Amino acid sequence: MNHLFIVTKRELSSYFVTQLAYVFILMFLILSGVFTFYIGDLYERGQADLRPFFGFHPWLYLFLVPAISMRLWSEERKSGTIELLMTLPMTRSSIVLGKFLAAWLFTGLALTLTFPLWITVNYLGNPDNGTILASYIGSWFMAGGFIAVGSCMSALSKSQVIAFILSAVVCLLFIMAGFPMVLDIFEAWVPLRVLDGIASLSFLSHFQAISKGVLSLGDILYFISVIAAFLLATVVVVELKQAN
Amino acid sequence: MIEISHLGKKFGDAEAVINLNLNLVPGEILGFLGPNGAGKSTTMKMLTGFMNPSSGHVKIFGHDVMSDRIEAQKLIGYLPEGAPAYEEMTTQSYLGFIAEVRGFSGLEKKKRVEEVIVKMSLDKVVHQKIETLSKGFKRRVGLAQAIIHDPIVLILDEPTDGLDPNQKHQVRSLIKSLSKEKIVVISTHILEEVTAVCNRVIIISEGKLLSDCSPHELEKKSAFYGAVSIEFHVDVDLNAVSDALISLSEVDKVQVADGLLTVYPVATAKLYTVLYNFFHQNGMFESKKPTAMYLEKGKLDDVFRQITQGDAA
Repeated sequence: MNHLFIVTKRELSSYFVTQLAYVFILMFLILSGVFTFYIGDLYERGQADLRPFFGFHPWLYLFLVPAISMRLWSEERKSGTIELLMTLPMTRSSIVLGKFLAAWLFTGLALTLTFPLWITVNYLGNPDNGTILASYIGSWFMAGGFIAVGSCMSALSKSQVIAFILSAVVCLLFIMAGFPMVLDIFEAWVPLRVLDGIASLSFLSHFQAISKGVLSLGDILYFISVIAAFLLATVVVVELKQAN
Repeated sequence: MIEISHLGKKFGDAEAVINLNLNLVPGEILGFLGPNGAGKSTTMKMLTGFMNPSSGHVKIFGHDVMSDRIEAQKLIGYLPEGAPAYEEMTTQSYLGFIAEVRGFSGLEKKKRVEEVIVKMSLDKVVHQKIETLSKGFKRRVGLAQAIIHDPIVLILDEPTDGLDPNQKHQVRSLIKSLSKEKIVVISTHILEEVTAVCNRVIIISEGKLLSDCSPHELEKKSAFYGAVSIEFHVDVDLNAVSDALISLSEVDKVQVADGLLTVYPVATAKLYTVLYNFFHQNGMFESKKPTAMYLEKGKLDDVFRQITQGDAA
């Protein structure tokens, strides 16, 4: 537990020592603003809510989260610090979890810093703040899913570029799993139950419910299991790499 | 103690380490020699639990590094090859991080960090980011993190690589000053380092253990060991001197070079005394006026080549 905290603290502070944190937060805020106001037509809709804002989150995360997660392991492997880290008396799981938590807390911070949007809609009208809070929590859990996928992909490769591309592609598959264009491919020859299974793997179908303000335990559990599964996979990959 | 039994590592078909058996007891400073790619770093990675062996076991004071990894790692201080560190951190925050992981907090952590900063003379770079440090400082930061918890086992992969002579001296003094109850393993391909700090030397090549003895015994394996060199002014006819010396029963052979005679002894002859007396009795100190006469130590370079390449030195 103590080691988990130490690893998280070190990772998190390294985001801020390098310029990564500031660039990421700035980009996240600018892009979420652009998406919300220009593409999402926040004003034109004439409704005081943040649905256009949250609706774009899966796409925003698709390329911003891998930019954070790609360095989790690749950088350690490239610079050789992995050897230092792995020979310190800590369990692999506390290292994997610590790194994940740092990235997750960091995206949580970026998400929190979008609060001016929340103030704006409250100024303009009377939004359902419960819905907005639920969406924020849901979005954060979805970001956790993206990071866990990214962590696993980063553990696979020494190259951050490869880690980025792999995570973006795998995350895209997770988003698209609920899309008609993916489901149509399977529809003709796959039993309905399997089709439901594929669709239920989608980040999007789980997130869409959340972004409408329905924070069901099932959706949160879904993201928690994605996180758990990919972190477990990360531990396995890290252990396997150690054998070679 | 460290027990290494039947240790082996394969990368695909290539065998990096083959059936290595070795026991180390406290007080031993082991020099780990071998050509590049001999399997030194691989062995160290397995000793420290970074890499899993393909076969065999390593036990650190009874703790198996595979099945009881964390307990084993608590006893070890390790400087990996190239002294990697989190470069974006400052010396102080980096050492603080290592101290925390090693289980120190509060005042004890502060004390430990301050101690290694003094020990490794890092006080000038405490608040500097590691990426801005010179190679020598980086290496010392790496050593500082390895000794911060005063480990009973210290494993250093090329600790003086890239350091200038003063820094090398400093690192060697540090290693020698460590308590007698420790086990220190140093890999290097700098042979002088071995005679300077180690009391046991092993040589591996192509993954196999080829030699295991003290540095002194290793020197003895050199053909040079016990030879005497005599320097003359260039105008002295050395062939005449050489002919005179070769007739001595203690002399095996004589090598002639520009103004220099190197006389090799037979077996265990004490050649220096023999030659000194011979020169004295024949008045050669006056007639030939040698400028210097000295006993050669073994040349480790020769022994190293001889053992790792199978060449005659």
